[in-house]
Amino acid sequence: MSIMEINGGSVIAMVGKECVAIACDLRLGNQALTIATNFEKIFPVTDRLYLGLPGLATDVATLRERFRFRVNMYTIKEEREITPETFARLVSSTLYEKRFGPYFVEPVIAGLSPVPSASGKPEKWEPFIAATDLIGCLNFAKDFVVAGTSSDKLFGVAEGLWEPDLEWEDLFETISQTLMNAVDRDAFSGWGGIVHIITPDKVITRTLKARMD
Amino acid sequence: MECSFALTGNGYVLVASDTTAARSIVKMKTDEDKTKVLGPHLVMTYSGEPGDTVQFAEFVERNLRLHQIRHHQALRPQSAASWIRRALADSLRSRSPYAVNLLVGGFDTSVAAIREETEAVGGEPKLYWIDYLGTMAEVPFAAHGYGSYFALSLLDRYHNPQASLDEGIATLRRCIDEVSKRLIVAPSNYKVRVVDKDGVREVEL
Repeated sequence: MSIMEINGGSVIAMVGKECVAIACDLRLGNQALTIATNFEKIFPVTDRLYLGLPGLATDVATLRERFRFRVNMYTIKEEREITPETFARLVSSTLYEKRFGPYFVEPVIAGLSPVPSASGKPEKWEPFIAATDLIGCLNFAKDFVVAGTSSDKLFGVAEGLWEPDLEWEDLFETISQTLMNAVDRDAFSGWGGIVHIITPDKVITRTLKARMD
Repeated sequence: MECSFALTGNGYVLVASDTTAARSIVKMKTDEDKTKVLGPHLVMTYSGEPGDTVQFAEFVERNLRLHQIRHHQALRPQSAASWIRRALADSLRSRSPYAVNLLVGGFDTSVAAIREETEAVGGEPKLYWIDYLGTMAEVPFAAHGYGSYFALSLLDRYHNPQASLDEGIATLRRCIDEVSKRLIVAPSNYKVRVVDKDGVREVEL
Protein backbone atom coordinates (compact mmCIF):
# COMPACT_ATOMS: atom_id res chain seq x y z
CA MET A 1 0.00 0.00 0.00
CA SER A 2 1.33 3.43 -0.99
CA ILE A 3 2.25 5.99 1.68
CA MET A 4 -0.10 8.49 0.05
CA GLU A 5 -3.05 6.13 0.63
CA ILE A 6 -2.54 5.19 4.29
CA ASN A 7 -4.82 7.87 5.74
CA GLY A 8 -7.00 8.59 2.69
CA GLY A 9 -8.68 11.89 1.88
CA SER A 10 -9.27 14.17 -1.10
CA VAL A 11 -9.32 17.86 -1.96
CA ILE A 12 -10.73 19.75 -4.95
CA ALA A 13 -10.68 23.42 -5.97
CA MET A 14 -12.71 25.18 -8.69
CA VAL A 15 -12.76 28.59 -10.33
CA GLY A 16 -15.96 30.62 -10.62
CA LYS A 17 -16.85 34.18 -11.61
CA GLU A 18 -14.87 36.43 -9.21
CA CYS A 19 -14.88 33.55 -6.73
CA VAL A 20 -13.14 30.27 -6.04
CA ALA A 21 -14.22 27.18 -4.12
CA ILE A 22 -12.16 24.59 -2.30
CA ALA A 23 -13.57 21.45 -0.69
CA CYS A 24 -12.36 18.32 1.09
CA ASP A 25 -13.74 15.18 2.72
CA LEU A 26 -13.50 14.54 6.48
CA ARG A 27 -12.17 11.01 6.78
CA LEU A 28 -9.01 10.04 8.63
CA GLY A 29 -8.23 6.37 8.31
CA ASN A 30 -5.50 3.92 9.08
CA GLN A 31 -5.57 1.79 5.94
CA ALA A 32 -9.15 0.44 5.76
CA LEU A 33 -9.99 1.32 9.39
CA THR A 34 -11.64 4.71 9.89
CA ILE A 35 -10.20 6.51 12.92
CA ALA A 36 -11.92 9.90 12.77
CA THR A 37 -14.61 11.59 10.69
CA ASN A 38 -13.78 15.17 11.61
CA PHE A 39 -10.38 15.53 9.98
CA GLU A 40 -10.31 18.76 7.94
CA LYS A 41 -7.63 19.01 5.28
CA ILE A 42 -8.19 22.66 4.30
CA PHE A 43 -6.60 25.52 6.23
CA PRO A 44 -6.90 29.30 5.92
CA VAL A 45 -3.70 31.14 4.99
CA THR A 46 -5.05 34.69 4.63
CA ASP A 47 -8.60 36.08 4.48
CA ARG A 48 -8.85 35.22 0.77
CA LEU A 49 -6.45 32.31 0.46
CA TYR A 50 -6.91 28.67 1.51
CA LEU A 51 -4.62 25.66 1.37
CA GLY A 52 -5.76 22.04 1.04
CA LEU A 53 -3.38 19.28 2.12
CA PRO A 54 -4.47 15.72 1.32
CA GLY A 55 -1.99 12.91 1.90
CA LEU A 56 -0.14 11.43 4.88
CA ALA A 57 -1.86 12.91 7.97
CA THR A 58 1.34 13.41 9.96
CA ASP A 59 2.74 15.56 7.14
CA VAL A 60 -0.59 17.37 6.78
CA ALA A 61 -0.26 18.55 10.39
CA THR A 62 3.48 19.26 10.17
CA LEU A 63 3.16 21.25 6.94
CA ARG A 64 0.17 23.18 8.26
CA GLU A 65 2.39 24.30 11.15
CA ARG A 66 5.36 25.07 8.84
CA PHE A 67 3.28 27.12 6.41
CA ARG A 68 1.68 29.08 9.22
CA PHE A 69 5.16 29.92 10.49
CA ARG A 70 6.55 30.84 7.07
CA VAL A 71 3.53 32.96 6.10
CA ASN A 72 3.70 34.80 9.45
CA MET A 73 7.41 35.49 8.86
CA TYR A 74 6.62 36.76 5.35
CA THR A 75 3.85 39.03 6.64
CA ILE A 76 6.11 40.53 9.31
CA LYS A 77 9.11 41.03 7.01
CA GLU A 78 7.19 42.36 3.99
CA GLU A 79 4.53 44.22 6.01
CA ARG A 80 1.80 42.99 3.66
CA GLU A 81 -0.30 39.92 3.04
CA ILE A 82 1.06 37.14 0.87
CA THR A 83 -0.56 36.85 -2.60
CA PRO A 84 -1.79 33.47 -3.87
CA GLU A 85 0.90 33.44 -6.61
CA THR A 86 3.70 34.04 -4.09
CA PHE A 87 2.23 31.51 -1.68
CA ALA A 88 2.13 28.87 -4.42
CA ARG A 89 5.88 29.43 -5.01
CA LEU A 90 6.45 29.20 -1.25
CA VAL A 91 4.62 25.86 -1.14
CA SER A 92 6.60 24.61 -4.13
CA SER A 93 10.01 25.54 -2.70
CA THR A 94 9.12 24.23 0.78
CA LEU A 95 8.33 20.84 -0.75
CA TYR A 96 11.30 20.78 -3.11
CA GLU A 97 13.61 21.47 -0.16
CA LYS A 98 12.84 17.87 0.79
CA ARG A 99 13.33 16.50 -2.75
CA PHE A 100 14.96 13.23 -1.67
CA GLY A 101 12.88 12.57 1.44
CA PRO A 102 9.60 14.28 0.65
CA TYR A 103 6.52 15.22 2.65
CA PHE A 104 3.79 12.93 1.36
CA VAL A 105 1.13 15.52 0.53
CA GLU A 106 -0.32 17.00 -2.65
CA PRO A 107 -1.20 20.61 -1.81
CA VAL A 108 -4.08 22.47 -3.46
CA ILE A 109 -4.10 26.27 -3.30
CA ALA A 110 -7.21 28.38 -3.88
CA GLY A 111 -7.62 32.10 -3.39
CA LEU A 112 -8.41 35.49 -4.86
CA SER A 113 -5.46 37.52 -6.05
CA PRO A 114 -5.67 41.32 -6.05
CA VAL A 115 -5.62 43.12 -9.41
CA PRO A 116 -3.44 46.26 -9.07
CA SER A 117 -5.43 49.49 -9.25
CA ALA A 118 -4.57 53.21 -9.40
CA SER A 119 -5.72 53.84 -5.82
CA GLY A 120 -3.40 51.16 -4.46
CA LYS A 121 -6.30 49.43 -2.77
CA PRO A 122 -7.48 46.40 -4.77
CA GLU A 123 -10.94 46.84 -6.29
CA LYS A 124 -10.97 43.75 -8.43
CA TRP A 125 -10.01 40.20 -7.53
CA GLU A 126 -8.97 37.44 -9.85
CA PRO A 127 -9.58 33.78 -8.97
CA PHE A 128 -6.44 31.70 -8.51
CA ILE A 129 -6.08 27.95 -8.11
CA ALA A 130 -3.03 25.74 -8.23
CA ALA A 131 -1.90 22.30 -7.19
CA THR A 132 1.49 20.68 -6.76
CA ASP A 133 2.76 17.14 -6.52
CA LEU A 134 4.61 15.90 -3.43
CA ILE A 135 7.93 17.45 -4.50
CA GLY A 136 6.45 20.83 -5.43
CA CYS A 137 5.90 20.72 -9.20
CA LEU A 138 3.30 23.47 -9.71
CA ASN A 139 0.21 23.07 -11.85
CA PHE A 140 -1.69 26.30 -12.51
CA ALA A 141 -5.15 25.53 -13.81
CA LYS A 142 -7.88 27.75 -15.26
CA ASP A 143 -10.79 25.45 -14.37
CA PHE A 144 -10.28 23.01 -11.48
CA VAL A 145 -7.61 21.04 -9.67
CA VAL A 146 -7.92 17.77 -7.73
CA ALA A 147 -5.75 15.79 -5.32
CA GLY A 148 -5.92 12.83 -2.96
CA THR A 149 -7.03 9.21 -3.07
CA SER A 150 -10.11 9.93 -5.22
CA SER A 151 -8.36 12.34 -7.60
CA ASP A 152 -9.11 10.19 -10.66
CA LYS A 153 -12.82 10.07 -9.81
CA LEU A 154 -12.85 13.80 -9.02
CA PHE A 155 -11.33 14.50 -12.45
CA GLY A 156 -14.10 12.55 -14.15
CA VAL A 157 -17.01 14.16 -12.33
CA ALA A 158 -15.53 17.67 -12.42
CA GLU A 159 -14.90 17.34 -16.16
CA GLY A 160 -18.61 16.65 -16.61
CA LEU A 161 -20.09 19.22 -14.20
CA TRP A 162 -17.81 22.27 -14.27
CA GLU A 163 -18.50 25.19 -16.59
CA PRO A 164 -16.89 28.64 -16.83
CA ASP A 165 -18.10 31.79 -15.01
CA LEU A 166 -20.31 30.19 -12.37
CA GLU A 167 -21.73 32.50 -9.70
CA TRP A 168 -20.83 31.48 -6.16
CA GLU A 169 -24.18 29.78 -5.41
CA ASP A 170 -23.87 27.63 -8.54
CA LEU A 171 -20.18 27.02 -7.89
CA PHE A 172 -21.06 25.72 -4.42
CA GLU A 173 -23.55 23.27 -5.94
CA THR A 174 -21.07 22.15 -8.61
CA ILE A 175 -18.15 21.56 -6.25
CA SER A 176 -20.35 19.84 -3.63
CA GLN A 177 -21.88 17.44 -6.14
CA THR A 178 -18.47 16.75 -7.66
CA LEU A 179 -16.90 16.00 -4.29
CA MET A 180 -19.74 13.84 -2.97
CA ASN A 181 -20.17 11.76 -6.12
CA ALA A 182 -16.43 11.18 -6.45
CA VAL A 183 -15.76 10.19 -2.83
CA ASP A 184 -18.72 7.79 -2.83
CA ARG A 185 -16.73 5.70 -5.32
CA ASP A 186 -13.64 5.73 -3.07
CA ALA A 187 -13.32 3.68 0.11
CA PHE A 188 -10.54 5.88 1.50
CA SER A 189 -12.36 9.22 1.21
CA GLY A 190 -15.76 10.45 2.30
CA TRP A 191 -17.62 10.55 5.66
CA GLY A 192 -18.88 14.07 5.02
CA GLY A 193 -17.18 17.09 3.54
CA ILE A 194 -16.51 20.76 3.99
CA VAL A 195 -16.68 23.48 1.32
CA HIS A 196 -15.22 26.99 1.41
CA ILE A 197 -16.36 29.52 -1.19
CA ILE A 198 -14.06 32.54 -1.34
CA THR A 199 -15.67 35.71 -2.69
CA PRO A 200 -14.19 39.25 -2.61
CA ASP A 201 -16.16 40.30 0.48
CA LYS A 202 -16.73 37.07 2.39
CA VAL A 203 -15.87 33.40 2.74
CA ILE A 204 -18.81 31.01 2.92
CA THR A 205 -18.07 27.75 4.75
CA ARG A 206 -20.54 24.89 4.67
CA THR A 207 -20.30 21.31 5.87
CA LEU A 208 -21.78 18.56 3.73
CA LYS A 209 -23.66 15.56 4.96
CA ALA A 210 -22.73 12.65 2.76
CA ARG A 211 -22.99 8.88 2.79
CA MET A 212 -21.52 7.61 6.04
CA ASP A 213 -20.50 4.14 4.89
CA MET B 1 -1.48 -8.63 21.67
CA GLU B 2 -1.46 -5.06 22.91
CA CYS B 3 -4.79 -3.25 23.18
CA SER B 4 -5.76 0.16 24.46
CA PHE B 5 -9.12 1.92 24.54
CA ALA B 6 -10.34 5.33 25.59
CA LEU B 7 -13.64 7.14 25.61
CA THR B 8 -15.07 10.48 26.68
CA GLY B 9 -18.22 11.03 28.69
CA ASN B 10 -19.98 13.76 30.61
CA GLY B 11 -17.09 15.47 32.38
CA TYR B 12 -14.49 12.71 32.17
CA VAL B 13 -12.19 10.69 29.93
CA LEU B 14 -11.66 6.98 30.56
CA VAL B 15 -8.47 5.34 29.33
CA ALA B 16 -7.65 1.66 29.51
CA SER B 17 -4.57 -0.25 28.52
CA ASP B 18 -3.81 -3.95 28.79
CA THR B 19 -1.10 -4.92 31.27
CA THR B 20 0.64 -7.69 29.37
CA ALA B 21 4.33 -7.55 28.57
CA ALA B 22 4.89 -10.14 25.84
CA ARG B 23 7.81 -11.26 23.72
CA SER B 24 6.97 -13.31 20.68
CA ILE B 25 4.45 -15.91 21.88
CA VAL B 26 5.45 -15.72 25.53
CA LYS B 27 3.69 -13.65 28.20
CA MET B 28 6.50 -12.28 30.39
CA LYS B 29 4.37 -10.33 32.81
CA THR B 30 0.70 -9.49 33.32
CA ASP B 31 0.91 -6.45 35.60
CA GLU B 32 2.89 -3.98 33.51
CA ASP B 33 1.38 -0.49 33.74
CA LYS B 34 1.38 0.94 30.22
CA THR B 35 -0.25 4.21 31.20
CA LYS B 36 1.51 7.36 32.35
CA VAL B 37 0.11 10.28 34.31
CA LEU B 38 1.56 13.35 32.58
CA GLY B 39 0.05 16.12 34.64
CA PRO B 40 -2.71 17.09 37.03
CA HIS B 41 -5.36 16.49 34.35
CA LEU B 42 -3.52 14.48 31.71
CA VAL B 43 -2.97 10.76 31.21
CA MET B 44 -1.54 8.72 28.35
CA THR B 45 -1.52 5.07 27.33
CA TYR B 46 1.42 3.84 25.29
CA SER B 47 2.02 0.72 23.21
CA GLY B 48 4.32 -0.37 20.43
CA GLU B 49 7.95 -1.40 20.19
CA PRO B 50 9.07 -2.52 23.67
CA GLY B 51 11.85 -0.24 24.88
CA ASP B 52 10.77 2.67 22.70
CA THR B 53 7.50 2.86 24.60
CA VAL B 54 8.88 3.45 28.09
CA GLN B 55 11.73 5.61 26.77
CA PHE B 56 9.34 7.87 24.86
CA ALA B 57 6.73 7.99 27.63
CA GLU B 58 9.36 9.11 30.13
CA PHE B 59 10.74 11.64 27.65
CA VAL B 60 7.26 13.14 27.30
CA GLU B 61 6.63 13.04 31.03
CA ARG B 62 9.89 14.87 31.87
CA ASN B 63 9.43 17.49 29.16
CA LEU B 64 5.87 18.32 30.19
CA ARG B 65 7.07 18.53 33.80
CA LEU B 66 9.89 20.85 32.72
CA HIS B 67 7.36 23.08 31.00
CA GLN B 68 5.29 23.16 34.17
CA ILE B 69 8.30 24.12 36.30
CA ARG B 70 9.45 26.82 33.86
CA HIS B 71 6.07 28.44 33.35
CA HIS B 72 4.28 27.62 36.63
CA GLN B 73 1.49 26.33 34.41
CA ALA B 74 0.76 22.91 32.97
CA LEU B 75 0.07 22.65 29.23
CA ARG B 76 -3.57 22.27 28.28
CA PRO B 77 -4.51 18.88 26.78
CA GLN B 78 -4.62 20.23 23.20
CA SER B 79 -1.18 21.84 23.52
CA ALA B 80 0.35 18.82 25.24
CA ALA B 81 -1.03 16.50 22.55
CA SER B 82 0.30 18.78 19.79
CA TRP B 83 3.73 18.80 21.41
CA ILE B 84 3.73 15.00 21.68
CA ARG B 85 2.60 14.68 18.07
CA ARG B 86 5.37 16.93 16.86
CA ALA B 87 7.94 14.97 18.89
CA LEU B 88 6.80 11.77 17.16
CA ALA B 89 6.62 13.39 13.70
CA ASP B 90 10.18 14.71 14.05
CA SER B 91 11.34 11.36 15.35
CA LEU B 92 9.79 9.57 12.33
CA ARG B 93 12.28 11.24 9.97
CA SER B 94 15.26 10.79 12.29
CA ARG B 95 17.88 8.06 12.28
CA SER B 96 16.09 6.07 14.99
CA PRO B 97 12.34 6.73 15.08
CA TYR B 98 10.21 5.85 18.10
CA ALA B 99 7.59 3.21 17.21
CA VAL B 100 4.99 4.21 19.82
CA ASN B 101 1.21 4.51 19.62
CA LEU B 102 -0.57 6.72 22.15
CA LEU B 103 -3.94 7.68 23.48
CA VAL B 104 -3.80 11.00 25.30
CA GLY B 105 -6.74 11.77 27.57
CA GLY B 106 -7.06 15.08 29.33
CA PHE B 107 -9.50 17.31 31.09
CA ASP B 108 -9.31 20.98 30.19
CA THR B 109 -10.12 22.98 33.33
CA SER B 110 -8.99 26.35 31.97
CA VAL B 111 -11.40 29.29 31.88
CA ALA B 112 -11.55 29.13 28.09
CA ALA B 113 -12.86 25.55 28.22
CA ILE B 114 -15.68 26.36 30.61
CA ARG B 115 -18.81 27.25 28.69
CA GLU B 116 -22.46 27.06 29.56
CA GLU B 117 -22.73 23.35 28.78
CA THR B 118 -19.43 22.37 30.45
CA GLU B 119 -19.83 24.52 33.58
CA ALA B 120 -21.54 21.83 35.65
CA VAL B 121 -18.66 19.36 35.22
CA GLY B 122 -15.89 21.94 35.62
CA GLY B 123 -14.27 21.72 32.19
CA GLU B 124 -14.05 19.82 28.93
CA PRO B 125 -12.91 16.23 28.35
CA LYS B 126 -10.37 15.85 25.52
CA LEU B 127 -9.10 12.72 23.84
CA TYR B 128 -6.40 12.39 21.19
CA TRP B 129 -5.48 9.38 19.08
CA ILE B 130 -1.81 9.49 18.09
CA ASP B 131 0.13 6.85 16.16
CA TYR B 132 3.84 6.26 15.59
CA LEU B 133 3.83 8.33 12.38
CA GLY B 134 2.73 11.42 14.29
CA THR B 135 -0.84 11.24 13.04
CA MET B 136 -3.14 12.97 15.51
CA ALA B 137 -6.92 13.06 15.68
CA GLU B 138 -9.22 14.50 18.30
CA VAL B 139 -11.91 11.89 18.80
CA PRO B 140 -14.84 11.00 21.11
CA PHE B 141 -13.47 7.45 21.50
CA ALA B 142 -10.37 5.66 20.31
CA ALA B 143 -8.48 2.37 20.32
CA HIS B 144 -5.09 0.97 19.33
CA GLY B 145 -4.01 -2.53 18.46
CA TYR B 146 -5.99 -5.54 17.23
CA GLY B 147 -8.70 -4.73 19.77
CA SER B 148 -9.53 -1.58 17.78
CA TYR B 149 -11.17 -3.65 15.02
CA PHE B 150 -13.78 -4.88 17.52
CA ALA B 151 -13.94 -1.95 19.94
CA LEU B 152 -14.40 0.87 17.40
CA SER B 153 -17.49 -0.64 15.81
CA LEU B 154 -18.89 -1.42 19.24
CA LEU B 155 -18.23 2.16 20.38
CA ASP B 156 -19.87 3.50 17.21
CA ARG B 157 -23.04 1.83 18.47
CA TYR B 158 -22.84 2.33 22.24
CA HIS B 159 -20.75 5.43 22.91
CA ASN B 160 -22.63 8.32 24.46
CA PRO B 161 -20.73 11.59 25.05
CA GLN B 162 -23.24 12.52 27.77
CA ALA B 163 -22.96 9.23 29.67
CA SER B 164 -22.27 9.21 33.40
CA LEU B 165 -19.06 7.63 34.72
CA ASP B 166 -20.85 4.38 35.59
CA GLU B 167 -22.33 4.14 32.09
CA GLY B 168 -18.92 4.93 30.59
CA ILE B 169 -17.29 2.16 32.61
CA ALA B 170 -20.06 -0.22 31.49
CA THR B 171 -19.33 0.64 27.84
CA LEU B 172 -15.60 0.14 28.40
CA ARG B 173 -16.37 -3.19 30.06
CA ARG B 174 -18.33 -4.16 26.93
CA CYS B 175 -15.31 -3.35 24.73
CA ILE B 176 -13.02 -5.48 26.86
CA ASP B 177 -15.52 -8.36 26.96
CA GLU B 178 -15.99 -8.24 23.19
CA VAL B 179 -12.25 -8.33 22.59
CA SER B 180 -11.87 -11.24 25.05
CA LYS B 181 -14.65 -13.09 23.27
CA ARG B 182 -13.58 -12.61 19.65
CA LEU B 183 -9.81 -12.01 19.61
CA ILE B 184 -7.61 -15.09 19.77
CA VAL B 185 -4.68 -13.21 21.29
CA ALA B 186 -6.78 -11.16 23.74
CA PRO B 187 -5.03 -9.72 26.81
CA SER B 188 -6.26 -10.80 30.25
CA ASN B 189 -5.86 -7.72 32.45
CA TYR B 190 -6.39 -4.01 32.00
CA LYS B 191 -5.40 -0.88 33.87
CA VAL B 192 -8.15 1.72 33.75
CA ARG B 193 -7.74 5.38 34.62
CA VAL B 194 -10.21 8.24 34.63
CA VAL B 195 -9.48 11.96 34.26
CA ASP B 196 -11.98 14.53 35.43
CA LYS B 197 -12.04 17.88 37.25
CA ASP B 198 -10.52 16.27 40.36
CA GLY B 199 -7.52 14.88 38.45
CA VAL B 200 -6.39 11.41 37.43
CA ARG B 201 -7.32 8.29 39.41
CA GLU B 202 -7.39 4.57 38.90
CA VAL B 203 -10.68 2.71 38.47
CA GLU B 204 -11.29 -0.93 39.30
CA LEU B 205 -13.42 -2.69 36.72
